[in-house]
Amino acid sequence: MVRILDDIILDDSIIRTCSRIMLPFIQIYSLYVFVHGHSSPGGGFQGGCIMAASFILLAVAFSIREAKRRFKEKYIVIFCSLGVFIYAGTGAVAVFFSGNFLDYSTWTHILPTTPVMARYYGMAMIELGVQITVMAVIISIFMDLVTKGDHGEAPDGEDD
Amino acid sequence: MIEYLVTKHSYWFYIILIMMGFYGMMVKNNLMKKLIGMNIFQWSIILFFISIGAKKGATIPIIETHGVLNQAVRAADYINPLPHVLMLTAIVVGVATTGIALALLIIIYQNYGTLEEDEIIEALKK
Amino acid sequence: MTTVHFPALIVVTPLIASFIVFAVGWFDRRYCFPLVIGALTACLIFAAGLAAAVLDNGNPLHYHLGSWPPPWGIEYVVDHLNVLILLAIAVIALLSAIYSRSMAAREFPQAKLPQLYTLYLLQVTGLFGITITGDVFNLYVLLEIASFSAYAMIAMGERGAAFAAFRYMIFGTIGACSYMLGVGYLYILTGSLNMADLNQLLPALYQSKALLAGFSLLLVGIAIKMALFPVHTWLPDSYTLAPSSVSVLLAPLSTKVGAYVLIRILLSVFNAPFYTSLYPAAPVLGWIAAAGVLFAAFLAIAQSDLKRMLCYLIVCEIGYIVIGVSSSNRLGLTGALLHLVNDMFMMACLFAVTGIIYAHARTRNIYELRNLHRTLPLTMAVFVTGALAVIGVPPLCGFFSKWYLVLGAIQAQQWFFVFVILMSSLLNTVLFFRIIEQVYFPPRESIPAEHAHHDTPFRLDPVPMGELIPAACLACFLILLGFFSNMLITRFISRAIPGTF
Repeated sequence: MVRILDDIILDDSIIRTCSRIMLPFIQIYSLYVFVHGHSSPGGGFQGGCIMAASFILLAVAFSIREAKRRFKEKYIVIFCSLGVFIYAGTGAVAVFFSGNFLDYSTWTHILPTTPVMARYYGMAMIELGVQITVMAVIISIFMDLVTKGDHGEAPDGEDD
Repeated sequence: MIEYLVTKHSYWFYIILIMMGFYGMMVKNNLMKKLIGMNIFQWSIILFFISIGAKKGATIPIIETHGVLNQAVRAADYINPLPHVLMLTAIVVGVATTGIALALLIIIYQNYGTLEEDEIIEALKK
Repeated sequence: MTTVHFPALIVVTPLIASFIVFAVGWFDRRYCFPLVIGALTACLIFAAGLAAAVLDNGNPLHYHLGSWPPPWGIEYVVDHLNVLILLAIAVIALLSAIYSRSMAAREFPQAKLPQLYTLYLLQVTGLFGITITGDVFNLYVLLEIASFSAYAMIAMGERGAAFAAFRYMIFGTIGACSYMLGVGYLYILTGSLNMADLNQLLPALYQSKALLAGFSLLLVGIAIKMALFPVHTWLPDSYTLAPSSVSVLLAPLSTKVGAYVLIRILLSVFNAPFYTSLYPAAPVLGWIAAAGVLFAAFLAIAQSDLKRMLCYLIVCEIGYIVIGVSSSNRLGLTGALLHLVNDMFMMACLFAVTGIIYAHARTRNIYELRNLHRTLPLTMAVFVTGALAVIGVPPLCGFFSKWYLVLGAIQAQQWFFVFVILMSSLLNTVLFFRIIEQVYFPPRESIPAEHAHHDTPFRLDPVPMGELIPAACLACFLILLGFFSNMLITRFISRAIPGTF
């Protein structure tokens, strides 16, 4: 009824070469947007979207089979959870040092700065968690739509 | 009446966009068009919200000093950043909604072979 | 033991656990279920600790996230109104998780279980967060978290479930966006998003038309989420076609938390004069709810599918709660809050039993459940307990909440609402005794031709203990809630209602 797009391979060398050249710049731009979220429009979600867009460019310019080979579902799951753990871990450290949840000024016990700057770094850390999760989730949405749910491997290697 | 339209013209644009999205969700038969209507509905609500933070003659809410401030900041000089932050969350919610909806549409298409609502209801009745 | 951080922990624990289940379940599926049970047990301990702290202290507990004081930061508030609901959510989520173990193993392939439990814990996160938060925009975010997990879990169900989930999603998004517009109007008018702060700032603005528009948008959004009468149409399809292990979590909790949001907005954000004397919002809500109760009760009788009948019953019960809210006196509000808690347990019990019946008899058609009590005696006993509770037979819990609702309607002199509540109790009696008759004393004439679809005999293997024990526990809770309803009212509910009533 519906054809899986596995066997479509883009043969256009211009698109492939240009994507290969642009990809690192797009990723550096996404890191720039993430880091400068304090002082210009940007932040974790925007940086994560741009990073995911760079990987989607890879998937679109090359074949879906190549994308399925590189973006295995296992890594998506790990990165998605890693981002959430970074976010919650930043908040939980605050509880550990008897502040309220997500009170980054308690990070002065770990980082050698004043409480005000510790809040600054705490915000950067949670934005990092947000970026990683958003990147993983958007790549996952794209891969699910393109492969129609079948990423090519099952968890644990077994199925019922 | 005319000045009511002219002074609040931006709100009229947003409301027309919201109603266009609403119309798409309600009236259109194809599920993909309903989804696009839902998207228009959500993004235009977000647009409406972001517009309420604007102030006359104000600049972007970034303060140009490093470290601690040495003088007070006049709030009237900077646009209100809070609606922008809230709408960032709302944009993420909108993206997640679109993602789930597209996944549901794939399942529906695989099961019924069509995305037209009346055909799916007919297929479900049998 | 210090309960200072419990308000944050009760929301963060299921969130972290859901992602741990997601990551760990990818590699080894056996750890998913113990993690879920561990997380939900921890939440139950946190909820019990919060309840003890609120009862000792007498004052609400405030928790500032990020140590930012309230108008700037998000605040979690635990007071007498939501601590009872937190406890109910924790108990029902834990019992549903135990129930879902064998039920989900039967309904889903093994590979999908980690994903089911991830969504399950995300839904519980959303429900706890909605109940405990004191910030209206944070409530929107958590409402959406709960809704997304519900859409995805419902889509895992039977034939037609994905379409029902899509229609639920369209409807639910309209509701959530309408709520967000209402919150936006409140923010434009006052500049604050904190509930207590809004309560201070809004009375000066009560004459403003923009506030009325925002209030109406809020009510429409909450009504859609709560499945109040005209906008309830997403509920029957989605909850019927959802898998049994999912509907036993969603059906009791999701709409009742919406009703809690309505009560919170009306009592803690807006004061009583606004919606009773200034604008007739309370009578309008009452008439809509009364129409909904009658409509849903009649439609429930017209169903031959057991689970669909229970879905219409949910709409009926939400109508009772809103009738109680609209009577705007202490008795009516007591009835509404007590009915909210009671209905969570009643619906959980009935949906659990329906899942067991469906797994055993492979049909949900009422007319094919003849003599089921011979193969499922304990399950049908639990069903009868749940049915008597819904009808309102003392000493089960449903009687006390309906009693207060009727007293509240009498005190507000709304004789039509009294008639509606009593009439719908009669209709519920017809509803349930029809099923009890088919099961225990089947009539001798043959099954009507249009209902005789199904020929497979019942399965003869016994019901797994993992399914029967949660259902029986929920039935025991119905009896206990009935006996302790006075304690609930004096210790919790009467202090939850503001003194102006």
